[in-house]
Amino acid sequence: MRKLHFHPCGNYNETYEDELTIFETDFGRLWLIVGLVLLFVVIPFISSTYMLYILNTIGIYAIAAIGLNILIGNTGQISLGHGAFFGVGAYTAAILATRVNSPFLVSLLAAGLMTAAVGIVFGLPSARLKHLYLLIATLAGQFIIEYVFVDWESMTGGAEGIIVMEANLFGLNLRNDRTFYWVIFICFALMAWIAKNLLRTRYGRAFIAIRDNDRAAEGMGIPIFRYKLLSFAISSFYAGIAGGLFSYYMMSITPEPFNLWLSIEFIAMIIIGGLGSIPGAVFGTVFIVSLNEVLSHLTEYLMNVGASVGAAITIAPLREFIFGLAIVLFIIFEPKGLAEVWRVIRSSFRLWPFSY
Amino acid sequence: MEFFFQLLINGVSLGLLYALSALGFVMIFKSSSVLNLAHGELLAIGAFIFLALCAWAKLPIIIAFAITLVGTFALGFVVERLFLRPLIGENLIEVIMMTLGLGIMFKGLLLFVFGGDIHSYPRFLPEGLSIEVGGIFIPSVNVATLIIGILFLIIFGLFFKYSSQGIYMRSVADNQPAALSLGVHVRRVFAMSWAIAFIVAAMSGIVLGIINGVNVHNLSGIGLKVFPVVILGGLDSIGGAILGGIIIGLLETFTGGYISTSMREVIPYIALIVILMVKPYGLFGLVEIERV
Repeated sequence: MRKLHFHPCGNYNETYEDELTIFETDFGRLWLIVGLVLLFVVIPFISSTYMLYILNTIGIYAIAAIGLNILIGNTGQISLGHGAFFGVGAYTAAILATRVNSPFLVSLLAAGLMTAAVGIVFGLPSARLKHLYLLIATLAGQFIIEYVFVDWESMTGGAEGIIVMEANLFGLNLRNDRTFYWVIFICFALMAWIAKNLLRTRYGRAFIAIRDNDRAAEGMGIPIFRYKLLSFAISSFYAGIAGGLFSYYMMSITPEPFNLWLSIEFIAMIIIGGLGSIPGAVFGTVFIVSLNEVLSHLTEYLMNVGASVGAAITIAPLREFIFGLAIVLFIIFEPKGLAEVWRVIRSSFRLWPFSY
Repeated sequence: MEFFFQLLINGVSLGLLYALSALGFVMIFKSSSVLNLAHGELLAIGAFIFLALCAWAKLPIIIAFAITLVGTFALGFVVERLFLRPLIGENLIEVIMMTLGLGIMFKGLLLFVFGGDIHSYPRFLPEGLSIEVGGIFIPSVNVATLIIGILFLIIFGLFFKYSSQGIYMRSVADNQPAALSLGVHVRRVFAMSWAIAFIVAAMSGIVLGIINGVNVHNLSGIGLKVFPVVILGGLDSIGGAILGGIIIGLLETFTGGYISTSMREVIPYIALIVILMVKPYGLFGLVEIERV
């Protein structure tokens, strides 16, 4: 048995392999295993149905947020159309499931690939330009895709949407919240693992080089256009997979949820969570989904109190205000987001009682 | 033929509105190369301050207008100082995210204070401005828009070309570190450009409010319509913004008139994608050539 690795008191890496390791210490590996056991064995059995619903929503959005983080946090390009791309995935999966009765995994994968293809179409004109033209092109993409959802009635069912049949996977009925929980979180773990490893490959390093200095990156022989487009396609693929899961989970989809606001929520998730960090994307998703739930409960509560219906209606815009405020405060005070907060907490535990 | 001309007139006047609302956006981009995602909300802030002053506080129009301009100018300084100053020297992407956050925040605040209804101003424009040509009536508001638009074009053209402040702004936009090392007071330039952008946006917001009524959702939606306009005209060109606005306005009304009304809302964005493919720096934009 090899020796256990503990935290060294400095940076003693001697090879590139050392630099690239995911787990600096064996405790990291241990904690990951504990976390996975909690996630897959303990939590699904102790959670109520409502809790499972929230966790599933978090899982789905977290996949999309991880994808967006590859684009914004690691490549330094902004997309304002992530919500619509999420919708493309949802519609692709729903159409395949209802029209050709395709099996769950096939339509999920197809949703991802289709969304990546759509992403490339909107990324093509903008990726070759300097400045943040991708932001503008994806804003246009958001509106064009929304229009297609509503107006291509023969395919998307227009404003009424599509009812998705219940899905089966290996003989398991996916109607159940708990069964779906496992499906979602297996996808989530897989996608997070792919993302983590992607960032260690030459592609991931090229993305980071482009973010930090595109001229220097080009000078070092990175074809910027191709890599920007690739990053955008990957991030769209993540959105597509998440969208596919969303349509199977929600059972019916309408164009309504996939609006600009959803795109903004995705951006808020990764800013609040921490740009360029995979745990950050997850933290941000948890934060935003919980915030949404708390605020909607608050509105509902005020509605039910009766006399305060007026107050409930005036309180609704406060949701936007709080979102905006959260983004603004995080950018000013903690630009690295919740992931950094988490890191500080962890290292203060590790270093206790000597805080330096 | 009558229909065609009516559409033409409608398109041009709509386009002038777009052009007018694009001016503040171009102003920010020209001086700091920030894509301001809060532009629609800036329009709305100006429009609502003016509304509160002239319709609710019943101040005379001229005084209300003056207070609005001074107030938004001050507000621009405050917003810059509180939210954007900490980001000087940071990545552009963070500044853009900041404008996104600010936009949502302002929108929520405006909705909270004024609600989502359409408000309207008391009438105050002189009727004598309206023009009637061959049976087609052009209301005085649109004539006023045209005049204001051309006025802005001249003022800003001169400002950026000849005034030292304007030249500083262009230098900061072009290369912030270089401008800093040559002794340009970057912080002051930023503060100035946000304050001016707030004023310009307030004026555009007021004109938009006179024509369409004052509504938070409408105004912040127009803030997004600015993108096709400025991409067509060239992101950093004020003349381009005006021409781009008119072309996008025409495109919208003609699509609405001849093809379908549901297409009308997306056609500017389709045009945007096409322009990015064919002529990415727009009609009058500065073409950046960079070789490594």
